[in-house]
Amino acid sequence: MSGMTKPKIEHPSLPRNAVGLTRRTYEGGMSTLCAGCGHDSVTAAIVQACFELSLPPHSVAKLSGIGCSSKTTAYFVSGAHGFNGVHGRMPAIAAGASAANRRLKYIGVSGDGDSLSIGLGQLGHAIRRNMDMLYMLENNGVYGLTKGQFSASADFGSRSKKGEPNLHEPIDPVLLALALGATFVARSFSGDKEQLVPLIKAGLSHRGFALLDVLSPCVTFNDHEGSTKSYAYVREHQQTPIATDFVEARREITVSYAEGESLPVELHDGSRVVLRKLDRDYDPSDRAKALAYVQERALRNEHVTGLIYLGEGRTNFHERHQTPEEPLNSLPFSKLSPGSETLGQILRRYR
Amino acid sequence: MPELKQSPPGVNDFVVKFANVNGTGSASANSLIMKTVFRMGVPVVGKNFFPSNIQGLPTWYEIRVTGEGWIARSGRVDVMVAMNAETYARDIAELSPGGYLIFDSTWPRTALLSRDDVTVLGVPLAQLCTENFDGARARVLMRNIMYAGVLAALLDLDLEVMRALLTESYARKPALVDANMKAIGLGYDYARRQFQCPLPMHVAPLDRTQGHFVMDGNTAAALGCLYAGATVGAWYPITPSTSLMDAFRGFCGRFRVDPETGRHNYMIIQAEDELAAIGAVIGASWNGARAFTPTSGPGISLMNEFLGLAYYAEVPAVIFDVQRVGPSTGMPTRTQQCDLLSCAYASHGDTRHVLLFPANPEECFYMAVQAFDLAERLQTPVFVLLDLDIGMNDWMVPDLKWDDGFEPDRGKVLTEEMLEKTGRFHRYLDVDGDAIPWRTIPGVGEKGAYFTRGSGHNQYGAYTEDSAEYQQVVDRLLRKFRNAAKMVPSAVIEGDGRSSTAVVSLGSCDGAVREALAVLGSRGLRLDYMRVRGFPFGEDVEDFLASHETIFIVEQNRDAQLRSLLTLETAVDKRKLRSILHYSGFPMSSDCIVDAVHSALARGEAA
Repeated sequence: MSGMTKPKIEHPSLPRNAVGLTRRTYEGGMSTLCAGCGHDSVTAAIVQACFELSLPPHSVAKLSGIGCSSKTTAYFVSGAHGFNGVHGRMPAIAAGASAANRRLKYIGVSGDGDSLSIGLGQLGHAIRRNMDMLYMLENNGVYGLTKGQFSASADFGSRSKKGEPNLHEPIDPVLLALALGATFVARSFSGDKEQLVPLIKAGLSHRGFALLDVLSPCVTFNDHEGSTKSYAYVREHQQTPIATDFVEARREITVSYAEGESLPVELHDGSRVVLRKLDRDYDPSDRAKALAYVQERALRNEHVTGLIYLGEGRTNFHERHQTPEEPLNSLPFSKLSPGSETLGQILRRYR
Repeated sequence: MPELKQSPPGVNDFVVKFANVNGTGSASANSLIMKTVFRMGVPVVGKNFFPSNIQGLPTWYEIRVTGEGWIARSGRVDVMVAMNAETYARDIAELSPGGYLIFDSTWPRTALLSRDDVTVLGVPLAQLCTENFDGARARVLMRNIMYAGVLAALLDLDLEVMRALLTESYARKPALVDANMKAIGLGYDYARRQFQCPLPMHVAPLDRTQGHFVMDGNTAAALGCLYAGATVGAWYPITPSTSLMDAFRGFCGRFRVDPETGRHNYMIIQAEDELAAIGAVIGASWNGARAFTPTSGPGISLMNEFLGLAYYAEVPAVIFDVQRVGPSTGMPTRTQQCDLLSCAYASHGDTRHVLLFPANPEECFYMAVQAFDLAERLQTPVFVLLDLDIGMNDWMVPDLKWDDGFEPDRGKVLTEEMLEKTGRFHRYLDVDGDAIPWRTIPGVGEKGAYFTRGSGHNQYGAYTEDSAEYQQVVDRLLRKFRNAAKMVPSAVIEGDGRSSTAVVSLGSCDGAVREALAVLGSRGLRLDYMRVRGFPFGEDVEDFLASHETIFIVEQNRDAQLRSLLTLETAVDKRKLRSILHYSGFPMSSDCIVDAVHSALARGEAA
C-alpha cells in the first residue's frame, strides 16, 4: 500500500485568504489514523490556523518524531517540506533546521510517548534554547501503535483498556515547560476547535518556543471508563481560566472587551493575543502563579486549558547566537571561506 | 662537575621525554622546546601522553628530533626529564642505555641512581625557583620552564628562538616574557656551569622545516570546516574531539563575524548529548547548510539510530570521529583505530557508510573539505576517521594550499528556477541513472516540497510497505554506495610492484610503516605499501590486494578491523592477510612492524 493521496478539487466559491489560497491548499495526505482519533481534529485545527494566518505553504516546515501523533505531519500543508525523524528526537532536527534557516515557520508535532518518555531530554533542551517553533504535543496517555501501553502522561491510577491501573505518577508537559522557562505554554483539547485554532495561531506568531499540549483522546485504546484522557472525561474535567482570541496584525480589532476582562498582549510580528479572564485570579504573565494554579487544579482532577503562560521578553535561539537576518543556508560561499591569502596568515601563527 | 658517560652520537637524532604532573604548566615548556627545534630548521615529532584528569595525575610528552624527517615515534628515549616523583621508577626504566636522566636535585633521590648505564644529571630546580621567584604558583610554573633552559644548554637550543616564541605567546603580557626568560636563563647557566654542554645528542640547525608549520589534526580539520563553508556545528564535548570544535569556534570568531554588523555567520550548538548533536547536523543539512559534528567512539555508538535515518532518507552529514581507546569509556586520552567497523556499518538494518582516513593534519584539512563535498554529492553521512594521535598531537605539516577558484560541490539540488522548468519532482527517483536522486531545500516552493522519512518509502518519496517499492529504493542506495568508491580518495601505493609481499595500512600508522619499510629495505627486504584513504574500497585496492601473495595489515586495534573490512568488502583471499596489531593506546613506532615482518618471514610465511 502506498501513501494515500486526497484529490485536490477546489470549488471556485471556496473562500480565499490574503495570499489567495483556499483552505484545501493547507490540507495534506489522507489520514491513516483510526476513525474518530483526536489527532485528526488537531490536524484540522492546524489546517484552519495556517489558512487563517495566510501562510505561504512553502514557508512552513513540519517536523515530527515517531508514533501516531508524528504521522500527522503528512496530513496537513502538503506544499511544505516535512521531516518524520526518529523517535523522540524531533527537537534536535528542529534545532539544526532552525539554525540553517531562521525564516521558516517550524511546526513540530509530537506525542506523549515521543516527548515525555524517549524524548523528554530533547524536549527540555528545546525549551531551554527557546527555539522559534510551535511544538504541539498530542497527548492521549497511551501508546497506540504498540497497542495500549500506558505513556508517561497517564494519570496515576487511571485504568488501561484491559483494566490494569497505572502505577506511576504522570509527567505533565505544561508543568515541565513552566518549570524550564518556556515562553509560551498552552493546553487545549482536540475536541475544542474554538479554543485550539487561536492558540495554534498565537503559537505560530510567538517569537520563541511555544508549547501546546493538546489532550487528544485515543478512540481505540484510551477512550473507556477509567481513563482520564477519554473524550467524556476531558469534556467533563476541562477547566479554562482564560479564553484566548488571536488578532492578526493586519486586521482591525472588531471585538471589544469590557475593561478589566481583557488582556491584549502584542506579539513580535504585530499580532495580538487577547486573553479574556474567566477566572478573576488568573494571571498568565506570572510564571509562579501559573505553576501553582495548574498544580492546584490537577489535585482536583481538572485539566487547565487555554494560554497558561506567555512571556514575550526573553531572547530566542537566533538572538542568542547573534546570527544574521539572512539565513545561514543562503550566505554566499565568499562570505564563508576566507581564501588563500588568509590561509597563509593563519599558518604563520603555527610556525 | 659530574662526569658525563659515553653516549652514542645523535646530533639531530634523539628523543627527549618529559615526565610531568598534569596541570603544572609543563605543556607550555614542552611545546616551547618542540617549537624551538622546529624553528631551528630541524624536523620534529611531538607526542603528548596525558591522563583523563585535570590536575595531579602523571603526564608525559615526547619530542623526537629527527633530521631525517621521520614522522613516527622511534621507540627510544635518550633524554628523560623526570619531574614527577610518582613515576620515577618507570621513567628511569624506560630510558635507553647510554641515555641521560635529568631530575630536580633539590631533594635527594637515591632511587634514580639505580642504573649504571645511564647518566643522571641533577638540577636543583625547586631551590632555584624558591630563591628567585615569589608565590607558590609561580614557583611551580617556573620550575617547568626552567628545565627548558637546562635543555637549551644540554641540547644546544637557540635562546633567541625561545625568546621570540615566548614574545609571540605572551604578546599581551610582556612581563611574562621576562619572567620566563629569567627562569630559562637560571636553568641554562646552571647547566653550563655544572655539565659538559652540549651533550653528544643535540640539535644542530638545518633548513628542513621551511614550508612547514606545526599543527594538530583537530585544528587542521576545523580549518577545513571553515574553508569548506560549514555554517552549523553541533556537538557534545568528548575527548579527544573537543579541540576540533574549540578550534572551529576560534576560527569563526576571527573570520566569520561580520565586521559591519557583528553578526555571526555560523552557529555552534552545544547539544545535550551526541544523539542531539547528530540530529541537529541532519536537520541543518536537510535545510541546506553545511553541518558537521566532531565526536569519538562513545558518541558514534549513541548516534547510530540517527545515522541510519540519514543514510536511508539520504541527508548529508559530516562526522569527525577522533578515535580513542574502547570499548565503553575505555581510555579516553589514548589513541586507537577501533571504530572502523562501527562507522562503516553504523545503525541497524542494511547500512554502509562512506569513510575517509586521513593520516596526518595535512590530510585532515583536505579531507574535511572533501567530506562536505562528498556528503552533499552523495546525500549521505561521511565519516572522517582521525584518531587521538592525529587529532591532538602537534605534527610538522607542509604548508596547506587553497585554490581561490574552489567551488563547493553542493550536489544535486533543484533550485526554484530549475523546478519551474521541470516536470513533477520526485525525491528518490533516479532520473540520471547515477543512483543519486535530486533533492530540494525546504522553503524552495510548493513544487519542491516532499516528505522526508526513515520509514519505508518508494522512489516517489511516498510511504510504502510494498516489497518491490522498498527494494527498488534500497537497491539504488547500494548502487550509490558502490559508485562512491570512485569518489573517495584513492589509496596511496608505493613500491615497484615487483615484490610479492606488501604492507597495507591506514591513518596514523603511516609514519611507523614508512620507517619500518625503510629499515627492512636497508636489510634487503623490499615490500610494497598501500595506504587506504577511503571506504568503499576502489579498484586500486582490489588490484593491489590481488597482485600480492603475502600482505601484512598494520592497524591500531585488537580485532583487526581493517583486515575484516578488506575481507568483507573486497575479493581478497583472507589467507593472504597477516595482521600486525598495535593497540596499547600509544602511537605506534616502527619496531613492532619490523619485528613482526621479520618473525613472519622467518617462519616461512612469506616469500
